[in-house]
Amino acid sequence: MSVKLTINGVEHELDDPDMPILWALRDVLGLTGTKFGCGEALCGACTVHIDGQPVRSCVTPVKRAAGKTVTTIEGLHDHPLQRAWIELGVPQCGYCQAGQIMTAAALLASTPDPTDDEIDHAMAGNLCRCGTYVRIRAAIHKAAK
Amino acid sequence: MKRALWFAALTACSAPTPQHAPDRAAESRALFGRVAAVLTSPRCVNCHPADDSPRQGDMHMLHDPPVVRGPDDRGIPALRCTTCHQEANAELARIPGAPDWHLAPIEMAWLGKTPSEICTQLVDPARNGNRTLAAIEDHLAHDPLVAWGWAPGADRATPPGTQADAAAAFQAWVDSGAVCP
Repeated sequence: MSVKLTINGVEHELDDPDMPILWALRDVLGLTGTKFGCGEALCGACTVHIDGQPVRSCVTPVKRAAGKTVTTIEGLHDHPLQRAWIELGVPQCGYCQAGQIMTAAALLASTPDPTDDEIDHAMAGNLCRCGTYVRIRAAIHKAAK
Repeated sequence: MKRALWFAALTACSAPTPQHAPDRAAESRALFGRVAAVLTSPRCVNCHPADDSPRQGDMHMLHDPPVVRGPDDRGIPALRCTTCHQEANAELARIPGAPDWHLAPIEMAWLGKTPSEICTQLVDPARNGNRTLAAIEDHLAHDPLVAWGWAPGADRATPPGTQADAAAAFQAWVDSGAVCP
């Protein structure tokens, strides 16, 4: 049974309802901005939104997004977070940053001016092996202004 | 010797005295022990903590990643329980899942408590979600998140018996007078 869903404003029909969304994005649709990190929802690199809620796409089956809207890093167009990320030079290797920005975008959508604690709690599931956490937090504050 | 045998026979045939009558309260307390064996299972208490962090594993380790309870017991906006937990176990990733994955409200905390303390909470509407005992039995028997305890995936240990056994034990305890240990 195929699944109809909207990804970054474009309607798609996917054949395998049990395929992880990450596989569909990268291997079927060629949207490679979302990264594979751990494959166990432990690092946050694969974070996308379903109807505005962040999910780990490596473990989320396509069927969960049936009839819903998926937003990936490619769907954030000139988002304040992306501008702040560039201005502050947040990334080092950059591999985790798409997931970091997607989680931060969900945070700002619900909490427009978050405190340090709110940022730390919200971002706790997104790992950065380069240790860019201080710049990530600063960029979230900058985007919130 | 003959006298001793006669006395023994007489004693054995005597009607029970009041002090040998069944102690209904003791029976009820004992029946709760069967319920408590389920409720104190790691699969149950790990999501009934007295603080803001779920636990995981049989040693009740703090949840990793370090998530927090949030105002609705389902996480915070950018890090919900359902950010990772699906409606079914994700076997390859070993992530447990069931419909409406969430923590029990903090007033229903069981982790670290004795069966007696848990029982006292269960019969207190202020600490049982304002449920009747019948509603608790129904929750125990039919809630999909409770059912997950007996099908937790990976190599996780399950509570004793089955979900139906647990509901039957709870009902037997209710029928016996619902006396707490």
